[in-house]
Amino acid sequence: MASAEERTGMSLLGTSPRQLTQNPLKKIWMPYKNGHPEQHISQRRVCMTNCPTLIVTVGLPARGKTYISKKLTRYLNWIGVPTKEFNVGQYRRDCVKIYKSFEFFHPDNEEGLKIRKQCASAAMNDVQQYLGEEGGQVAVFDATNTTRERRETIIRFAEHNGYKVFFVESVCEDPDVIAENIVQVKLGSPDYTDCNSEEAIEDFMKRIKCYENSYETLDEVMDRELSFIKIIDVGRRYVVNRVLDHIQSRIVYYLMNIHITPRSIYLCRHGESDLNVKGRIGGDSGLSIRGKEACSFAKFCLWSSFAKCLAKFIQDQNIKDLKVWTSQMKRTIQTAEALGVPYEQWKALNEIDAGVCEEMRYEEIQEHYPLEFALRDQDKYRYRYPKGESYEDLVQRLEPVIMELERQENVLVICHQAVMRCLLAYFLDKSAEELPYLKCPLHTVLKLTPVAYGCRVESIFLKVVAVNTHRGKPENVNIHRSSEDALQTVPPHL
Amino acid sequence: MPAELTQNRIHKIWVPSSEDVPAVPPRAYGGPHLANPPTVIVMVGLPARGKTYIARKLTRYLNWIGLPTKVFNVGEYRREAVKYNSYDFFKADNQDAVRIRHQCALAALHDVKTYLTEEGGHIAVFDATNTTRDRRDLILSFGSENGFKIFFIESVCDDPDVIATNIMEVKVSCPDYQGRNTADAVEDFQKRIECYRALYQPLDPNEYDRNLSIIKVIDVGRRFVVNQVQDHIQSRIVYYLMNIHVQPRSIYLCRHGESEDNLQGRLGGDSGLSAQGRKFAAALTCFVEQQNLSEVKVWSSQLRRSIQTAEALGMPYEQWKALDEIDAGVCEEMTYEEIKEKYPEEFALRDQDKFHYRYPRGESYQDLVQRVEPVIMELERQENVLVICHQAVMRCLLAYFLDKSAEELPYLKCPLHTVLKLTPVAYGCKVESIFLNVDGVNTQRDKPEEIKKGPTVPLLQRRNSITPLTSPEPSKKLRVTSISPTPPPSPCSASALPPALPRQGLRRNGSDLHEAVQVFH
Repeated sequence: MASAEERTGMSLLGTSPRQLTQNPLKKIWMPYKNGHPEQHISQRRVCMTNCPTLIVTVGLPARGKTYISKKLTRYLNWIGVPTKEFNVGQYRRDCVKIYKSFEFFHPDNEEGLKIRKQCASAAMNDVQQYLGEEGGQVAVFDATNTTRERRETIIRFAEHNGYKVFFVESVCEDPDVIAENIVQVKLGSPDYTDCNSEEAIEDFMKRIKCYENSYETLDEVMDRELSFIKIIDVGRRYVVNRVLDHIQSRIVYYLMNIHITPRSIYLCRHGESDLNVKGRIGGDSGLSIRGKEACSFAKFCLWSSFAKCLAKFIQDQNIKDLKVWTSQMKRTIQTAEALGVPYEQWKALNEIDAGVCEEMRYEEIQEHYPLEFALRDQDKYRYRYPKGESYEDLVQRLEPVIMELERQENVLVICHQAVMRCLLAYFLDKSAEELPYLKCPLHTVLKLTPVAYGCRVESIFLKVVAVNTHRGKPENVNIHRSSEDALQTVPPHL
Repeated sequence: MPAELTQNRIHKIWVPSSEDVPAVPPRAYGGPHLANPPTVIVMVGLPARGKTYIARKLTRYLNWIGLPTKVFNVGEYRREAVKYNSYDFFKADNQDAVRIRHQCALAALHDVKTYLTEEGGHIAVFDATNTTRDRRDLILSFGSENGFKIFFIESVCDDPDVIATNIMEVKVSCPDYQGRNTADAVEDFQKRIECYRALYQPLDPNEYDRNLSIIKVIDVGRRFVVNQVQDHIQSRIVYYLMNIHVQPRSIYLCRHGESEDNLQGRLGGDSGLSAQGRKFAAALTCFVEQQNLSEVKVWSSQLRRSIQTAEALGMPYEQWKALDEIDAGVCEEMTYEEIKEKYPEEFALRDQDKFHYRYPRGESYQDLVQRVEPVIMELERQENVLVICHQAVMRCLLAYFLDKSAEELPYLKCPLHTVLKLTPVAYGCKVESIFLNVDGVNTQRDKPEEIKKGPTVPLLQRRNSITPLTSPEPSKKLRVTSISPTPPPSPCSASALPPALPRQGLRRNGSDLHEAVQVFH
């Protein structure tokens, strides 16, 4: 029997397979030729579709379409899928400078119809630009899109450009929910700056009426070839039709896990640790005893102070059913233990793995790995420690935590600096560039409360002194820089 | 003053403890969070709608992610009670039969209760037609009396082709029709379906059943209606059901070619392929070609040896960090001898409980399963995939497909230069092991004899810690059913050894199925 070699004519040592080189920043192995890395390297990214996706919202006014659009956009961007929302109402506001009344939306208002159509077109042009030339992968077309005719137009537009279309319809008839929506986001809209609340509400209700008569909801029979999710009564029920690919599946899963019940998320780091005090990164040390040595009279040491302050803070907040989560590292568990309440340990919340640099001080990293140190400053988000992780890896690791946070109500997450930055970036919609430099000091609790389309942050310092562990980006990130330049921004330590 | 923490030596989990109490990781506070209180999943649908397929697949998944789950198939209880004659048994006016069927349902529910309250089960899957409101009300009362959550999974399908295929795949060869010819069996079964159809009251999430937790799967996953998802596990179940499909396809699992570290007997690391490894990569290319697949995705880890193997194929491939080999922490790049010398205690502990054991500053198999879960989810979505990974990772993936427990998982045999081809068939998975005839070192380290007799470590049930369990034997054992004809052997394989899977012991039907179908040369 002919050997594989003879049959295929290929040398068993391979048809000179491409040599591999490891990208020094991301530590990804990639093929290279003539000393240069090949362009296409297929890494596991979320959206493995080749064609962009157009998400199209559907629903009467005040059904949460913009809320969903913004939240979904924020989530997709955080997991690394470039996404942008296009709110047609915004285009209308830019076009018709002054909003007069609901009459604009009356189906008989020819002028109004013309303008609204133009705005939709303008938005679609921008979508085309974003997905075609600006490297976008998902566009969210946020408008009522309540008629089949309008949706047909969009589908043709998408087909013409090779986009996949996914509809997200929100259906709700609960008057309380609608009233609440109006109060939360419509009263403050630019359309109603000059009205008092009652007038605004009255006008808005009439606006909704204008759409109601021509509303053609997505239908299980007539629209059976379309890909969509219909969200009914704020998530009580869902109809999901023809999910085509991975990204649509992820979107559906996300939409089915979010809720709008009021609650707060508390993020904080463990109490100051031994290694923190010594200016060392990573490791798995316990909480510091600096305070204990310094105050011989004190009944409790510094970390105990922080934990006690945290416990008192939690009590004062009077939170219903608070869940407490920690990582599996000693310092967060010690912190949680001091609270005296049940808590869950998540390995996914462990601090970023600094690989060969674990437990080193910045000075030591500069001494032993000056190149690595410089590369990290060049692109802190994507930089992966040798045999360790990058912030980008962290985000992927944390995604199930975010998903579960979405499902939960009141939660206190006791974690670590890099991890907290990632979580915070999700809630506050921070970019990959900003994320690694977000300030998350020790002994400070960040209380996040969803409000309107975003998230309110309150920063509460628990008045127990701790070392500063924040290292800003130095001016000089060149790989040939001097030690002083490299260590310019290292915070003081023992 | 808060309690001192000590680190459990196997799991490396920090727990509060005092001097005299050993550091045993606690059960998740307040009980298991993923399914608390216990859940009864209730299948609903006419015969031949895939209820048992879904029930068993879901059970396998839930056990793999660490939730003790068991299927209770009422049809099996019925088979134990009476010998099947014809569809007349299922006629609505057959008083005796109606009584027997009711009793079988009650017996099954009784066993459900035992499983969930006394045997440590978290989830029971009640697999029957449950097509009438009366029957469902009975189950709801049962759930309410016992404090169980109820989640309905209804499968609705009217595509005659799908139903015909189902009947051929799993009904014609079922014990009810032993000794009957195919045409008779099909005809009888169709009449059986009609008996149910007359009384069928589908779930109505819009109105009548609007307060129940339901997922309705329509036309094999084309559409879903989801109502009142109550908790995390129901949400995960919905996500899982929305990702699985029934398209025929195969999944190929293999390791990277032999690496330089392999040659030296070193663990982990990030070395490149040895000469033999490169030979394997070329042989793999040949193998893939000969499989003649219209389309196949290739996935690799981000470690050099996998990528080198993938590169040799000359096809596009994706790198997944999640497929990287288990992190051996401080033991990275050491040989077993060196570990034994430098960390004798760690070495011994690992043999005591290889699944839960976490390397200092590294990972455990338990961590791996959690890390690899998104890969499984995406594998479910995909069709033909070749996964080039590593020994420990491959064991985790294999355990999912072949329903292996935490005890067996770390000892599954995944030798170098051998491709395992997994093809879903009937209710299980057919495995073919194809050795590509390129020699490589043996990296298998079996459980040492002295350990086999040691005490078993209690299974840890913690949220976000994953302990695969194998789906337990159904109460009424199903006899081995259909065996599909084996495909002709791949010409590339000079020898295809049967997968050397560990002793099955009291295994369940799914495993019986795959074990029966092996490729021998």
